[in-house]
Amino acid sequence: MCLAVPGKVVSIDDQADPLTGLIDFGGVQKQACLEYVSDVQVGEYVIVHVGFALQRLDEASALASLKLFEELGLLEEEFGDAWEQAANEAGATLTAEHPNSGSEVL
Amino acid sequence: MKYIDEFNDPDLARRLLDEIHATATRPWALMEVCGGQTHSIIRHGIDQLLPEQVELIHGPGCPVCVTPLDVIDKALEIASRPGVIFCSFGDMLRVPGTDRDLFRVKGEGGDVRVVYSPLDALELARKHPDREVVFFAIGFETTAPANAMAVHQARRLGLANFSLLVSHVRVPPAVEAIMSAPQCRVQGFLAAGHVCSVMGTAEYPELAERFGVPLVVTGFEPLDILEGIRRAVRQLERGEHRVENAYARAVREDGNPAALRMIQEVFEVADRNWRGIGRIPRSGWRLSEAFRAYDAEHRFDVGGIRTEEPAECRSGEVLQGLIKPTECAAFGTTCTPRTPLGATMVSSEGACAAYYLYRRMNSPMPQAARAAREEMNPVA
Repeated sequence: MCLAVPGKVVSIDDQADPLTGLIDFGGVQKQACLEYVSDVQVGEYVIVHVGFALQRLDEASALASLKLFEELGLLEEEFGDAWEQAANEAGATLTAEHPNSGSEVL
Repeated sequence: MKYIDEFNDPDLARRLLDEIHATATRPWALMEVCGGQTHSIIRHGIDQLLPEQVELIHGPGCPVCVTPLDVIDKALEIASRPGVIFCSFGDMLRVPGTDRDLFRVKGEGGDVRVVYSPLDALELARKHPDREVVFFAIGFETTAPANAMAVHQARRLGLANFSLLVSHVRVPPAVEAIMSAPQCRVQGFLAAGHVCSVMGTAEYPELAERFGVPLVVTGFEPLDILEGIRRAVRQLERGEHRVENAYARAVREDGNPAALRMIQEVFEVADRNWRGIGRIPRSGWRLSEAFRAYDAEHRFDVGGIRTEEPAECRSGEVLQGLIKPTECAAFGTTCTPRTPLGATMVSSEGACAAYYLYRRMNSPMPQAARAAREEMNPVA
């Protein structure tokens, strides 16, 4: 969660409260809150941290950062399945009673 | 310098390194505050490419690492209670409390859920009005706008079943504490870029002046870090100590005013304990009076928890830049990412995990570079 990942604004939902948009992080798309960069336009790049766009970023810088994060395996860590990762780290397997729940929220 | 072929722009990296080598005439110790920067430095071998006179010291900028043990234990206690849905970022799952972690609590039947954003936790509270939804609100200034928005929305929507377990920390008081320590060797800082994206740079000139240290706002990519080092060394050689922004593409002097307004509405400055370091005055945030009803510590009455750190773990010294991870006897022996004693080993942003991952495991660095490093800094 420490990462702030650059992504491209794909669409903006003007009706959402708080203001929300769909952001593309090099192929992974997620909703993010745009309330703190409320005049952002579709096609611009923003730095997103825990689901909130915090600042704009130019395209070249954004693409370079995304490439680096992917090389470091940090995108998988940020957007992958946290339970599976935790199980791997613990040397354990997820049980049937308490299966992978990384995506059950949404 | 043959290993800089891995950099995005090797020619620019070489030029920056040449200038750092040409500029540094005396020993200088710089601290990178951010855990993301630490990983980038170790992964790309930046510390090994620098002239001998320039030492990088790893700072306390990993929020997972500095979240105190008693707060972890409070999280485990709350997450174990019936009727609670406990929401956390994924990287808190394996942080060890006194006798278990959130991953174990889930295995024992606790309803622990991983969320990507605090707004996801808020959505859970809306969907489950019969349950208490608690969000583990840790992080530095970068995370605070998100957590502030979540609780602000909870109040606006009248969601009485939502609360935050808050353990927010702030960078400037940590810089002050590090510089005030008698054994401090730090002479300049690479300030964390994304913290400054939110906060701006207004808090730093006073610190630069008072302690006589350059503070260079720095990004995360290898070239960003080299540029931050270049500027800091140049200031030190000239006897200067100012705030410089080497990450202007993402950091404005006034930060993000809308985010700052939300933080100031929801939080107030408070003393905080830092895991392994201890209490630092005014180094964090707690919910302001108007939002105190959303404080999980009050709602669940977990104030009585008292804990002790494992004596063998020296993560506090690592976090303060007093020792390198490899100087701890437990490093790589009794303490590994699979069996971590302290959070600096479990968190991907932790300095111990970075050293373990890139120096002891199957490092993606060239074999020759790895061998040279191990010769310089042997590990068990």
